[in-house]
Amino acid sequence: MNRLVTNLGMGLVFSFLIAPLMVVGGVSLNAQKRLLFPPEGLSLRWYDELFTDLAWLVPVKNSLVIAACSALLALLIALPLAYFLWRYRVFYAKALFTLGIAPFVLPPVITALGFLIFWVTLGFYGHMSAVVISHGIFFVTLPLVTLSLGFESMGDDIVEAARSMGADEGMVFRSVVLPLVRPYMISGYAFAFVLSLNEYIIAYMVAGFTVETLPIKIFNSLRYGYTPVMASVAVMFVLLAVGVFALVARFGDLPKLLGKV
Amino acid sequence: MAFGPGLMLAVFFLVPFGIMLLVSVAEAVKGGAYNLVFDGSHYARFFTPFFGRVLAFSILIALLTACICITVGFPFTYALTRFGHRTQVVWLVFILAVLSLSEVIIGFSWSILLSRTAGISNLLVWLGLMSEPVAWYPGLVALLCGLTYLGLPYTVLILYPPLSRLDPELPEAARMLGASPLRSFFTVVVPAMRPAIVATVIMLFVFTLGAYLLPQVLGRPQHWTLSVLITDQAIFQSNLPFAAAMAIFLMVVSLALVVVTSRLNRRAMGSP
Repeated sequence: MNRLVTNLGMGLVFSFLIAPLMVVGGVSLNAQKRLLFPPEGLSLRWYDELFTDLAWLVPVKNSLVIAACSALLALLIALPLAYFLWRYRVFYAKALFTLGIAPFVLPPVITALGFLIFWVTLGFYGHMSAVVISHGIFFVTLPLVTLSLGFESMGDDIVEAARSMGADEGMVFRSVVLPLVRPYMISGYAFAFVLSLNEYIIAYMVAGFTVETLPIKIFNSLRYGYTPVMASVAVMFVLLAVGVFALVARFGDLPKLLGKV
Repeated sequence: MAFGPGLMLAVFFLVPFGIMLLVSVAEAVKGGAYNLVFDGSHYARFFTPFFGRVLAFSILIALLTACICITVGFPFTYALTRFGHRTQVVWLVFILAVLSLSEVIIGFSWSILLSRTAGISNLLVWLGLMSEPVAWYPGLVALLCGLTYLGLPYTVLILYPPLSRLDPELPEAARMLGASPLRSFFTVVVPAMRPAIVATVIMLFVFTLGAYLLPQVLGRPQHWTLSVLITDQAIFQSNLPFAAAMAIFLMVVSLALVVVTSRLNRRAMGSP
């Protein structure tokens, strides 16, 4: 009885979460431009358009470049920060960590407006590099959290052991710490990459009219001219996210990364 | 060694907020620029009926969404943490994939799912449960569906750590004493998790308050929230100072709520 209720509830939540994705999948494979019920005809023409039409390929490229660079930037900021916080328990460590978490806790529209005003003031409004830096700062939280978990799980004794064998600070970091923390680096990068790819408001506020990313392109075509290509983009995004997170789960312990003891 | 990253965070995160604070009391100039002359009129605009209505609606819809998400998400996450490792991993990958979906895509898919021509009501008609297809989009139903869809994976991920740390012997002991599964859930699990539940509701409230796109895509103009208004003022009305003043207001509200949450969490950890 208990099992039945649980499975029923899980099934309902699953249907709620999967239903929009199913519909989007249906639209992307529908032969006609207008989706009617029941659908008629199968075709891959919307995928074909996505991969051949420059109007879609340029946003794809922009989004991928921004996501790849900003996730790297986030990782490069988070790695030394997390290491420092773990290695030297200074009194302001908590303040630094909070600073790293803050962008993620506040509603993103606030951060986005802050970046907009900042880049307008500096004169970099509308540049792709401004989007990369903004995303890099905004998504620092993700590698910072995964790396902190990684360092915590390592224990101080391993560093002490290396030190007592005569390794200096740099050697300890390169030959002991870095290999052990690598899965957490990869997952932090993966989280930041996927979320940057899907981020709308910051990219829009910082450079929405000059650098078109995929979410911006989808929103524009949602407003000013419906096309089923949007659906095929959405399907690609979902598949990519599933792929990335499945890889993270394959090479790391996903429940542990998400805070299970 | 942490000097560089710390400095970068400070420059690129704290400085924008400093400038935003300055701009919020600056004079608006036509064309999107601003003059650094003190002008408190943007804050005075908070006391207009229009702003009050938008604020009241934003708070109401965020509260409603937070309540729906916790009601569905809490039992769901509890059940999830009782599953085996492999099942949990598959679910978590799925939840993360949904979480990473852009608001744009969520809005787009719900607009189709709730439309009259291709939506779910057609399926209900086909099954004989309804007489004719109806349009639930745009409107409050569509907006609530979209916001719940946005918030649910977030709920699961916030509740996952505390619930997976919950001692499994706790509900078991209640069962041994003769309580039904449902009864042990409500009399043992829920009270033990009360601080986590309150914290999650507050975080969800702040999170939903920040939704800027779904009200535009799924709602009608009267369903616009504070976040939509901020974007609108900054981009289309080119009134950066007023947008900044509203953002500062939203930030103060959010920060106050976040501080309350962390206090609650700390107290919960202090007492076993």
